[in-house]
Amino acid sequence: MARSANGNGDARRGAEAFELKIGLAEMLKGGVIMDVTDVDQAKVAEDAGACAVMALERVPADIRRDGGVARMSAVDMIEGIQRSVSIPVMAKVRIGHIAEARILEALGVDFIDESEVLTPADDENHIAKHDFKSPFVCGARNLGEALRRVGEGAAMIRTKGEAGSGNIVEAVRHLRSVCGEIRGIQALRTDELMAHAKNIQAPYELVRFVHENGRLPVPNFAAGGIATPADAALCRELGAEAIFVGSGIFKSDDPPVRARAIVRANTHWEDPDEVVACCRGLANAMEGIEMSTLSENERLANRGW
Amino acid sequence: MAARNKRVGVLAIQGAVDKHLAILEGLGVEATRVLGEEGLVGLDGLIIPGGESTTISKGLSRLGLWEPIRAYARSGGAILGTCAGAILLARACENHPVATLELLDLKAIRNAYGTQVDSFVAPCDAGGEPKLAGMQCVFIRAPQVGELGPDVEVLLRVDGLPVLVRQGRLLAATFHPELAGDPRVHALLLAD
Repeated sequence: MARSANGNGDARRGAEAFELKIGLAEMLKGGVIMDVTDVDQAKVAEDAGACAVMALERVPADIRRDGGVARMSAVDMIEGIQRSVSIPVMAKVRIGHIAEARILEALGVDFIDESEVLTPADDENHIAKHDFKSPFVCGARNLGEALRRVGEGAAMIRTKGEAGSGNIVEAVRHLRSVCGEIRGIQALRTDELMAHAKNIQAPYELVRFVHENGRLPVPNFAAGGIATPADAALCRELGAEAIFVGSGIFKSDDPPVRARAIVRANTHWEDPDEVVACCRGLANAMEGIEMSTLSENERLANRGW
Repeated sequence: MAARNKRVGVLAIQGAVDKHLAILEGLGVEATRVLGEEGLVGLDGLIIPGGESTTISKGLSRLGLWEPIRAYARSGGAILGTCAGAILLARACENHPVATLELLDLKAIRNAYGTQVDSFVAPCDAGGEPKLAGMQCVFIRAPQVGELGPDVEVLLRVDGLPVLVRQGRLLAATFHPELAGDPRVHALLLAD
């Protein structure tokens, strides 16, 4: 039976293919996915116990500082990281950039992040993600946005938070919004679901799924502004099933120690004594940005439709 | 049903813990998360779930759980390892090796099929365990097992390769029975 990496993929379409994509997201639960910009950082992340790495040229804090257009990372860099670690390798494409996504799929990247951290390529449409063999993760600020992305084929949702800010407030806002709206839908009568789907601009079938199951149809992770073990524990407390740490590790003064501490806090978030132990001996966290100092057009979370 | 009144722990360092808990609850078993040595006491079965084997292996070191789990197995405790859990039960592993429990007499080859784009679902050959006939096997960045010792029996095969093996009370699946929602492999763990 042909199962080569370059198989035509037809057999992967449909429900079974989507279950395989969600399956990998299930395997990442309880873990920490770390942004890395080179092979050395990828190894630090793997040694610290990261469950996956996100290969990108610049962490969000630097993208924010440098300005200009942020694109998919260089292929050579992504391949170098794929060769150097055994854990899953993710990479980002610009919103709506179908061709960048085809490149990452051909590279055998394990998860594609259609990410607001990069400069959008399409100001109206996201990628039709069911058409790919690779699973996709997308950011969301609220339930409607999350379900639109799942409708397009995202196999994992993460909060957008505010990437590169070192400030957890936006991730908290987005987690509370998604999880709170889920609880709200559970409380609706079935004859109220269509009007609600219309209000939040989400596919009706997915709204019905949330009503019946009390959760998103795919795993729900947190990202954007996580900088400390306590930030990780907070996101888990609020309903995130795993976390992404972008700038928070390699923009801190102690990346290997902080990486291990955040992994540990993520496993033991329900045990305050363990989280205390994670916080001992840490150097300075990354510098953060207060939200009121960011104008609306400086906020990466506003990208995506 | 035999599974009633039994207690099974799922190692909860990282990975698909929830899916195992859901299957166990469906079987009427008391299911608990294990994050320390005390969690192993009085268990009728332990599950080491899928997830990242490096992450779980490092977690076992940090928690000092290698010897307690080995002692649990030596005292006759039943263990089911799925995917990463199968790697961790192995005598040895290759392709970016990680520390393992060295309980199961076989070698695991990590990510033997490739990356996520090579993940697949396949029907199995249940010649070794007819009770599992018709099981759909979900492989996610899956390992393969080889160099099986004389005490290791093969229960399921896919494309001729062993995907579910048993040695005494240890079971290892290179696929994810918890993702397909089929409780029969979990029921085997609980068989006396």
